[in-house]
Amino acid sequence: MTEILSFNQVTFSYTPEVPEVRNAVEDVTFTVNEGEWVAIVGHNGSGKSTLAKLMSGLLFPNNGEVRIMRDVLTEENLWEMRSHIGMVFQNPDNQFVGATVQDDVAFSLENNGVPYKEMVERVHQSLQQVKMEKFLDHEPHHLSGGQKQRVAIAGALAMQPKILILDEATSMLDPLGREEVLQTVQSLREKTGLTVLSITHDLEEAMLADHVLFMNEGKKYAEGTPEKIFALGDKLVDLGLDLPFAMKMTKLLQAQGVQLVGQHITEEELVNDLWTSNFNK
Amino acid sequence: MDIKLQQVSYAYAKGTPFEKYALFDVNVAITSGTYQAIIGHTGSGKSTILQHFNGLLKPSKGQVHIGDRIIEADKKAKELKPIRQKVGIVFQFPEHQLFEETVLKDIMFGPMNFGIPKEEAERRARELVQLVGLPEEVLEKSPFDLSGGQMRRVAIAGVLAMEPEVLVLDEPTAGLDPRGQKEIMDMFYTLHKERGLTTILVTHSMEDAARYADEIVIMHEGRSVMTGTPRELFNDTEALKQYRLELPRIVKFQRRIEKMLGIKLPKVCLTEEELAAEVALVVKGREQT
Amino acid sequence: MMEKMIFGRYIPGDSFVHRLDPRSKLLFVFAFIVIVFLANNTITYVLLLAFTIGVILLSRIRLYFLINGLKPVIFLMIFTFLIHILFTREGTVLIDWGFLKVYEEGLKQGIFISIRFLVLVFMTSVLTLTTSPISITDGVETLLGPFKKVKLPVHELALMMSISLRFIPTLMDETDKIMKAQMARGSDLSAGSLKDRLKAVVPLLVPLFVSAFKRAEDLATAMEVRGYRGGEGRTRYRQLKWDVSDTLAIASLVVMAVLLVYFRN
Repeated sequence: MTEILSFNQVTFSYTPEVPEVRNAVEDVTFTVNEGEWVAIVGHNGSGKSTLAKLMSGLLFPNNGEVRIMRDVLTEENLWEMRSHIGMVFQNPDNQFVGATVQDDVAFSLENNGVPYKEMVERVHQSLQQVKMEKFLDHEPHHLSGGQKQRVAIAGALAMQPKILILDEATSMLDPLGREEVLQTVQSLREKTGLTVLSITHDLEEAMLADHVLFMNEGKKYAEGTPEKIFALGDKLVDLGLDLPFAMKMTKLLQAQGVQLVGQHITEEELVNDLWTSNFNK
Repeated sequence: MDIKLQQVSYAYAKGTPFEKYALFDVNVAITSGTYQAIIGHTGSGKSTILQHFNGLLKPSKGQVHIGDRIIEADKKAKELKPIRQKVGIVFQFPEHQLFEETVLKDIMFGPMNFGIPKEEAERRARELVQLVGLPEEVLEKSPFDLSGGQMRRVAIAGVLAMEPEVLVLDEPTAGLDPRGQKEIMDMFYTLHKERGLTTILVTHSMEDAARYADEIVIMHEGRSVMTGTPRELFNDTEALKQYRLELPRIVKFQRRIEKMLGIKLPKVCLTEEELAAEVALVVKGREQT
Repeated sequence: MMEKMIFGRYIPGDSFVHRLDPRSKLLFVFAFIVIVFLANNTITYVLLLAFTIGVILLSRIRLYFLINGLKPVIFLMIFTFLIHILFTREGTVLIDWGFLKVYEEGLKQGIFISIRFLVLVFMTSVLTLTTSPISITDGVETLLGPFKKVKLPVHELALMMSISLRFIPTLMDETDKIMKAQMARGSDLSAGSLKDRLKAVVPLLVPLFVSAFKRAEDLATAMEVRGYRGGEGRTRYRQLKWDVSDTLAIASLVVMAVLLVYFRN
């Protein structure tokens, strides 16, 4: 397995001179390997946005190190490292730099001095990947939130990054927009095996991941497969998140005296259990 | 206070080459004291409708009845202030409207505009800040020093401080984390019940509409296409599909169980609790036979 | 909100004028503004008017938009027209009402000055109506290119302009939303004394600034993460292309200038 991104005992404080204030990120260690989809979950204020700033070199750790492609991220190699990561932020409006869709996708290519001919090719190709090729000349205020986020993904893809980071990229979208963006990311993964790191408080989004990192008060509270994380049950609710739908249902059914074997994360499992434990007798 | 839209059409940039209708012939009747949901996708016209409820927009055609006031096309609407006091609107991302130096002053802004004495406005602010789940200390802080979720609560308190009879909510939980969403929605529901408010929830969340609303209007491409109680509407899967709306998750799950177990539950369940109870009844019924 | 701003708004199209390079259009309009002042008799003014009408026809712009462009200057036009009519005392008297005499020369000068206004407003409107703001920015950036040598931050200026243009609709929407939100809280922008009204602007301006700064911060972050670090070493995605038609456009203007010089008094 090739390591793409890793945090090694990273600690960060916005106010290092005031020791009473808790660190925004404390002693966080994790690794993202090539081809993985990793989700970082936690309620607002759990430190997940700070993690995003640390991995893009907008902030540097007070302690520990951030590695991209096994190289420690420093002020010196910052710009080169940034060309390996593509980032999509929360607010669709505030990251749209270009006057039109194609200008926006070309922005990072222009910054990195890519020659004109190659730019045109890459812009078209990336827009095709997110199925926005018909919108080349559209202006941002004529696009929906979901479409803007797809353009932002295309802008990131144009640089052919090693990892795509979604920093709460779906939290301001309506259900259709969210669906649109998640489907785009899923199909990209199927076709190109892109490595994805998504920072989110949406559990449905986290369930799509291979690996989940659960943040609370700046610390890594738990880590593992979605199954393992959701097995925490009520602990999730106490720490500001929700339970997956199937788990909520399981609990309520058990409370009503319906026999079920264990906890269920997917509807599929729950329905099957309901059948075998109660009807298939 | 009853609110009624009769054959309301609304055009942006009326009389210019950019004229564009956002509403066509919309009919909505909201009875005093009900919890009404207006559902539709972005661009369905739901945010244009909501601005008709307190006279921020005047219909291009048709009539809007707000209590005993009538706002209609071609007539100048005068003295809208009394209406605006009775119909409070919590806009999407309401924290964007905060501007005062302190939270206290910001909450007092609304009531004082409507001529409520300072002492009374302050009393309301102190009461409401706790109601929305914030400690009293925040009153003296600048709203801009608060977290996003706290700012949202302050902005909501600022609308509640006008003590409106009708409360219009436009996606009030957008962008909040799951806990924040649930807390805010439950708070509005409690207020609705305790103070006998008329509540109008404009949303794209089928789940919230199923859980809280007495009646739902579905908007599609500027028209009000369906009206009914949640149970009525969610029974008609085909019609919803036509408007690119999905069933609420709970109803979808009910259908799945019904299919798998080869049963039909007596009613459409709108909450997880309700469904669990219904399923339990079936299971127990089987055990007895 | 945006809908009210018709004047100077870009109307997409595919006419000869639309397809011209923004550089040639900019040069054309600037040169035109200069040569307008060459006209000083009936024949030269008729030439100017005919030339302008020709350009308008080529641009296939609806008259509605051009007339709208006149609105802001109509008062000035009438005012200068009247000044000339009332205060020029040359030539034969056309009307004599005792206290008010209108001379032939006065009427002529009044009409000339109105034509001058008209062609200037129409030509600049044709430029903005047929060229997207971003193309104008590109044109300006390229035309100002040589000034980079004297340390004029041409790239930065152009980027500033294009980002402002990009955010105008967003901020207009935002203004509208905040205004509505405050009106719903009983704020009244249209009533009361001047002092009251000024006070009522505060609840509008503060949130607007807060949001604009927040947007600027987000945008700066996004730009930095996407590798923006100034104009150096950047390539350009927008390429301008000078065509035969651009040369023709400029040539037509030269011909016009020659004609004006020839026929003027």
